[in-house]
Amino acid sequence: MSIVEKEQAIVAEFELFSDWMDKYEHLIDLGKALPAFDPEHKTEQRLIEGCQSRVWLAAAYDKGLVYFTADSDAIITKGIISLLVRVLSGHTPQEILDAPMDFIHQIGLKENLSPTRANGLLAMIKQMKLYALVFQQQKSTNWQEANTN
Amino acid sequence: MFEVDKIRQDFPALSQKVYGKSLIYLDNAATTQKPQVVIDAVNEMNNGINGNIHRGIHYLSSLCTERYEAARETVQHFLHAAKKEEIVLTSGTTAAINLVAFSFGERYIQNGDEILISEAEHHSNIVPWQLLCKRKGAKIKVLPIYKDGGLAVKQLPQYLSPKTKLCCITQMSNVLGIVNPIKEIVSIAHTHQVPVLVDGAQGIVHQDIDVQDIDCDFYVFSGHKLYGPTGTGILYGKEKWLDAMPPYQGGGDMIASVSFEQTTYAELPLKFEAGTANYIGAHGLKTAIDYLNQLGLPAIQVYEQSLLNYALQQLLLIEGLQIYGTATPKSGLVSFNIKGLHPADTAMLLDKMGIAARSGHLCAQPLMQRFGIQSMLRLSFSFYNTKEEIDKAVTALVKARQMLIH
Repeated sequence: MSIVEKEQAIVAEFELFSDWMDKYEHLIDLGKALPAFDPEHKTEQRLIEGCQSRVWLAAAYDKGLVYFTADSDAIITKGIISLLVRVLSGHTPQEILDAPMDFIHQIGLKENLSPTRANGLLAMIKQMKLYALVFQQQKSTNWQEANTN
Repeated sequence: MFEVDKIRQDFPALSQKVYGKSLIYLDNAATTQKPQVVIDAVNEMNNGINGNIHRGIHYLSSLCTERYEAARETVQHFLHAAKKEEIVLTSGTTAAINLVAFSFGERYIQNGDEILISEAEHHSNIVPWQLLCKRKGAKIKVLPIYKDGGLAVKQLPQYLSPKTKLCCITQMSNVLGIVNPIKEIVSIAHTHQVPVLVDGAQGIVHQDIDVQDIDCDFYVFSGHKLYGPTGTGILYGKEKWLDAMPPYQGGGDMIASVSFEQTTYAELPLKFEAGTANYIGAHGLKTAIDYLNQLGLPAIQVYEQSLLNYALQQLLLIEGLQIYGTATPKSGLVSFNIKGLHPADTAMLLDKMGIAARSGHLCAQPLMQRFGIQSMLRLSFSFYNTKEEIDKAVTALVKARQMLIH
């Protein structure tokens, strides 16, 4: 499935919920379903600090494709990041860099991406694209963990 | 009898719907909604009563100057200050604290000096002092709070030394709601010859304030938390300090005469009011204070205290809910966490149920560290809130808990 197709699938999935609370219930379920990081993996290096909640993001590169894992201390934030991981994980750096990420707006979670909300989500998307850029510029396509520092 | 239903009609913001739900506004410690009279006062000036103050001799300039100075006098009486020259209009609490940090600091703070603050300060009453200390090679000392949130006033004398040049304490914590005994604090500090700045951003909204009785050296607050317009604020300073302090910002309105060689400054308070003042905002703030005086401060305070007591009682019925700051007197707001819930999640769900609450570090990260947490959820009240709204907020919290823990 291409990134755009994945985004369309998520929009269709959220169209089932007419009520705000149902939508959030679904995000909570998604958040709970996303595997948590082991405490030792919640390193400073992986931390994206927001003023409301904290997000940890890790990336790996294998056979030309980027794989993301992420966690958050807030469950709804975690639900939203699980969507970001679902959409962007398993794609080439170029596909990730070109990803429109319009679905966040389309499913009505736009305010979660406002810079003032500062829950780390906007920073997380930037960081995911930054990882893609770093991997793209590295010559080897073998497995490696990212280090953008 | 406090007629809250009637009072609510004075506030157009309260009747709006968010996400199709009736708004329940419980973020009053961040900013309060404005009564119609304040909105009208600001609109009236924007609609035509607009002329730059102090220097003009034309009709609109005179009228605006009159209103601006009337606002100063209203604030003077509200704070029970001795002279109107002691009232400096600023853009808010933060600006007022920064003014003192710069001007008082410039004159009185030297290498090795100490500035005493408390552990329960808002970032606005921490960072300006840190910047000052960095400039001057001075040091910040921190008066601790007890486990129950009460300030360790008994320990205050130990924290005051001959090097202490200023003590900066909040009248009421924006996180814990605990009201500090500022009169006692000032009295102790003064026996050590240490002047005191009181951060009244929260306190002014829920407490009487008499700066002469308290005898504080500086008192600061924001207009927008006191039902006035944003971008208004007050610095009260004793004349002897304000006189001795150099100007903060240079510009128009703060001068007596200017040549390229030398400038002499205007008398107080204009010395500290460089540039075009927010005279429209000042008139709005005056209108807000007049409105509060009309409602009656004692009646407001009794009603707000009953709301807080009711909220505390109802919140404690929620399983796993822990309130921070159990010391008394406590006023106006309550911050808490619910076991197993992240406050950001809870606040997001409350928001979708039409309830405006605040989550996060509440601009007091050192206080969060004191309690060993990252963030809290805060409900803060105004006299226009009702017990029914608190009931709805409690029901919403229970629902959020069910959704997040199942």
